[in-house]
Amino acid sequence: LQPLGGAAGLMCFSLLCVCRGEVPPKPTGVVTIVPPIKPDNGPQAYPEAEKANLPVFTMNYPRIQIPFEITLWMLLASFAKIGFHVYHKITIWVPESCLLISIGLIVGAIMHSVHEEPPAVLTSNVFFLYMLPPIVLWFAVVGTLWNSVGIGMSLFAICQIEAFGVQDINLQENLLFASIISAVDPVAVLNVFEDVNVNEQLYIVVFGECLFNDAVTVVLYNMFSFVAEMPVVEPVDVFLGVARFFVVGLGGMGFGILFGFVAAFTTRFTSKVREIEPLFIFMYSYLAYLVAELFSISSIMAIVTCALTMKYYVEENVSQRSCTTIRHVVKMLGAISETLIFFFLGVVTITTEHEWNWGYILFTLLFAFVWRGLGVLVLTQIINPFRTIPFNLKDQFGLAYGGLRGAISFALAFTLPDNIGRKQLFVTATIAIILFTVFLQGISIRPLIEFINVRRTNRNLGTINVEIHCRLMEHTIAGIEDLCGQWSHFYWKDKFMKFNNRILRRILIRDSRAESSIVALYKKLELQNAMEILDTVSGDISAAPSIVSLYEEKKSSAKPKKKFLAADLRNMHDILSKNMYKIRQRTVAYTNKHALPNDSQTKEILIRRHASIRRSLRPGSFQSTMVPKSHKYFSLPPGQSLDLKFPPGRLSYTDDHETLSEVAYPTRRSRSSRPARSSSRAMMPLRRLDTLTEAPSVDAVGDGGRTDHGVSRTDSSYSDSHAAPRRHINSSDDQDSGSVDNLRNNHHEAQEEEEQPSSSSPVWAAEPRDGTTRNPLLRRPQWNPKKK
Amino acid sequence: MGAKQTRAEKYQDLMDKTGFSPEQIKNLHTRFQQLSDNEETISREDLEKIPALANNPIRKQIIEAFFDKRNQHQNEVGAFQEIGFEQFLMVMSHFRPPTLKTTEEEKEAMRKEKLRFLFNMHDTDNDGTITLEEYRKVVEELLKKSGAIGLEAAKAIADAAMLEVASTNVPHMAPEDFYEGITFEHFEQILKGLEMESRMHIRFLDVDTTTMRCGKSKS
Repeated sequence: LQPLGGAAGLMCFSLLCVCRGEVPPKPTGVVTIVPPIKPDNGPQAYPEAEKANLPVFTMNYPRIQIPFEITLWMLLASFAKIGFHVYHKITIWVPESCLLISIGLIVGAIMHSVHEEPPAVLTSNVFFLYMLPPIVLWFAVVGTLWNSVGIGMSLFAICQIEAFGVQDINLQENLLFASIISAVDPVAVLNVFEDVNVNEQLYIVVFGECLFNDAVTVVLYNMFSFVAEMPVVEPVDVFLGVARFFVVGLGGMGFGILFGFVAAFTTRFTSKVREIEPLFIFMYSYLAYLVAELFSISSIMAIVTCALTMKYYVEENVSQRSCTTIRHVVKMLGAISETLIFFFLGVVTITTEHEWNWGYILFTLLFAFVWRGLGVLVLTQIINPFRTIPFNLKDQFGLAYGGLRGAISFALAFTLPDNIGRKQLFVTATIAIILFTVFLQGISIRPLIEFINVRRTNRNLGTINVEIHCRLMEHTIAGIEDLCGQWSHFYWKDKFMKFNNRILRRILIRDSRAESSIVALYKKLELQNAMEILDTVSGDISAAPSIVSLYEEKKSSAKPKKKFLAADLRNMHDILSKNMYKIRQRTVAYTNKHALPNDSQTKEILIRRHASIRRSLRPGSFQSTMVPKSHKYFSLPPGQSLDLKFPPGRLSYTDDHETLSEVAYPTRRSRSSRPARSSSRAMMPLRRLDTLTEAPSVDAVGDGGRTDHGVSRTDSSYSDSHAAPRRHINSSDDQDSGSVDNLRNNHHEAQEEEEQPSSSSPVWAAEPRDGTTRNPLLRRPQWNPKKK
Repeated sequence: MGAKQTRAEKYQDLMDKTGFSPEQIKNLHTRFQQLSDNEETISREDLEKIPALANNPIRKQIIEAFFDKRNQHQNEVGAFQEIGFEQFLMVMSHFRPPTLKTTEEEKEAMRKEKLRFLFNMHDTDNDGTITLEEYRKVVEELLKKSGAIGLEAAKAIADAAMLEVASTNVPHMAPEDFYEGITFEHFEQILKGLEMESRMHIRFLDVDTTTMRCGKSKS
C-alpha cells in the first residue's frame, strides 16, 4: 500500500496543481533541464527579436490540459477502487458507491480547502456524450413516471406552504426536479441481490427497472426542462408531451434494433478481419447512441436495445477473442464511468455552494420514499394477477427499498440549465437524497434482505439432468398448449423463434452449419474411438461420448469458433481446454459486474482431475493383476495403447504433475500451487475414479489423452438457464426465459456468455466414459470378462 | 332444465377433482369437442392430427401421456385406447399454476405431481424406474430436431445423465454395482433445485385467481 499511497499523494498534488489552470513552473518531483536560454521575462531591451536558440525542452501544458486532467482523475478514482478491495470486509457491507463518494468527499474537501475549482470536465455535453453510454444501463417506464409525477406534484403542493419559502418554484420546475430524483441507480442494489442470491424474478425486475428507468428519466428530464422554460402550459402541450414521450422511447428502441441488425449484418463478413470486430461492436453502439442524441430521442434506450440485439446475433459471428475483448472493454468502461461519477459526486458535494432549505429537502426525501413504496405496491398489484409467480410482500419490500438514487440523478441535476431560479436548491437536494439513499439504504439493504429472508434462488442447477428436463418441460408445455389451443408466452416465443430461424438468422448470421474443421476432426476421432470400444469389448456400450456432441447438445446448435488456427490435435486440445475453463462461469448466474471471470476454480478442478488421472496412469498399473475384475473398465484391451491414435506427447508418464500440466495446458499460468490433492472433495465421478485407481484403465489413458482437460463434474455448469441465450437451428424452442436472460446478460455485458463451443463437453466426455465403462449403467453379464 | 343440471353437477365433480374453474372447464370442453369431432372420446389419432404439434420433438410422449392411466391418479397402470373428457381434464390439471393462495404443502404436492408426470413420460414400461434405454429414448427424441447430433451423441448424453443420477443418489457404489434405473425418489432428488413452478404450467384462459381451487394433495 506504500507505493499506492505515494502515488496517490503525488497525483493529488499534481491534480491540485493542474486544476489551478496555470502552467506550473516545474513540478517539484521532476527533474528538468535548464533551457539554454533564459526566457524573456523582463522588459525587452531591444524591440526587435533576439536570436533565440532552439529550445531543447519546452512545456506546453494547455495543449494537453483536458485529457490530462481527465486521465488523472480517472487514475485517482481507480486507485481508490484498488484501495477498497484491500479490505474485503468493507466491500461486503458497504457498497462501493458509498466508498467512492466518501473518497470524493475527502478529495473535495482537500480541494475546497485550497480553494480550487472542480474540474470543468463535467459539463453537460461531456456527460451525455462520453460518460453516459458506458454506464451500465438498466427499467420501468411506469414506475419512473409514477415517481416523477407523484413527487413533483407533492412537492409543488408543499411549495405552496409559505413557511418553506419556496413558493417561487412552479409546477414545471418541480416536475423537472422530481424527474431527476426518480432515477434509480441499481449498482449497489444489484450487487447486494447477487450476493444474497435473491430469486430470479426479483433480480430481473430490479435489473429491468434500472435498465429502462434511466431512459425514462432522461426523457422526462428533457421534456420537463423544455417545458419548464415555457411560461404557460396548455393542455395541448401536455398531450404533445405524452406523444413525445412515446416517440422518444419507442424511437430509441427502434434505432437500437436497427443498429443492432446492421452490426450483425456487418459482422457476418468479418471472418477475415477478426482484429477489428470489437471495433464494430463499439462503434455501432456508440453510433446508435449519437444518432439517437441527434434526433433527441432516448439514446440510452437506443444503446441498450442495440446491445441486446447485437448480443444475440453478433455473438455467433465474431470470434472467441473478440467476444472476450468486447466483454472486458465494456466492463472496464462501465467501471470507469461509474467510478468517476460517484467520485465526482463526492468532490462536488464539498466544493459547490449549497442552498439549503430544510423544508424542501426533507420533504423531498419523504416523498421519494413514499412514492416509491406506493408505486411498487400499486404496480405489483396490477401485474401480479398476470404473473405466475406473484411478488409477495417481501419481494415488494426489496424492490421498494432498493430504490437508491445515484449517478443519473447527480448528472442531471448538475447539468440543469441555469435559468432555473432555484438551481442550487435542486442540486443540493439531489445530492442530499443521493447521499442519503446510497449511504443509509445501501448499507442497510443487505442485512435487511437477509433478515426478511427474501426468496432465494438455487443456483446449483448445472447438471445434465436439469438441462434435459428443462428442455423436456418446455416442449411439453408447448405441446400441451398447442393441444388445448391456449397460448401463453411459450406460443409467442415459439412463433418468434420460427421467424427468427427462418428469416433473421439466415440474413444476419454467417453460415453456422459448417463446423470448424477442428471440431469436426475431433468428433470424428471420438467416434472412431467409440467404434473401437464397441468392437473390442462388447456390443452394448455406447461409451464414447463425443465431447463435441455433448457440447452440441448443450448448445443445440453448433456455434463453431472459426478462429481455430491450428489443425493438429494439440492445439485443438489447448483451445478446448482453454475454452472449458470459462464455461465454469455459467454456474455463476449473475456474475458480479465488477469482477472479471475467475478461472481459479475451474483450474483447480482440472488439476485435481488431472491428478487422479495421473495416479491411475502410473506406469506399473498397466500390467496389474487385477485385470479380470477390472476388465470392464477397459476401453481397449490391455496392451494396446492409444498412442496409435493420439500423439503420445500429450501424456508424460511420470508422476510429475507439473509436467503434465505444462504439457496439457501450456497456456495456463499458476498451477504449481496445487499439488495432487485427494479428490475426495471433488465431484462424485472423480471420487469414483479414485476408487478405481488400481484399474489400469487404458481407458483413463484414453481419457487422459483425449480429454485430459475433461473434468468430471456432476454439477457442471451447462445450465444455460442462467447463461447466455442459446441459439439453435432447428428446435423451435430453446431460450428458457430467453428475453429475460437477454436483459440480464446484457446487464452483465455478456460476461457470462461463454461461447466456447466445446467447453461443456470435455467435462463430460471423460466422465461418462469412465462411468459407463466402469459400472453402473450396464449389467455385468454383458461384460465378457474373459475377453482380452 | 335437466341437462343443465347434470352439466353443472358434472362440472362440480370435475372441479373437485381437477381444481379448474367452471369457465376453464367449459373452454377445455369446447376444445375437447373440437379435437374429438364432437364425439365422446378422443383417440390417439385425433391428437396426432393437431398440426401445431407436428414440430414438437416429444410429440409421442405427450400424446401418450394423455392415455397413460397413471396420470389419472387412480393407481392404475396401463394405457387407455381412448379417453373421455374427464381423463383429458385430469391430465391438464397437472399444469395448473399455483396461485397466491396456494399453501406450501399444496405447492409441494403440485410439484410432486408435475415431477410424477415427467417421470411417467420417461417410464414407458410402467415398472417404476427409468432405465437407461428409456432415458436414451427421450434424449434422442429431444435431440432429434437438432440435426447434426447423431444417435451416439444422444446415447452418450443419456449415459452421462444416468451417471449423474447414480452418483448423486448412490454415491458409494461399488465397482460391481449396477444401477438399475432411476426411481421416482432419485428423480425427485436430481431435480430438487429446479424451479418447476415457473416452467411447468399453463395459463388457462379465464383464469380467475380468486375462485380457483387450490390443488388437492396428490402423490
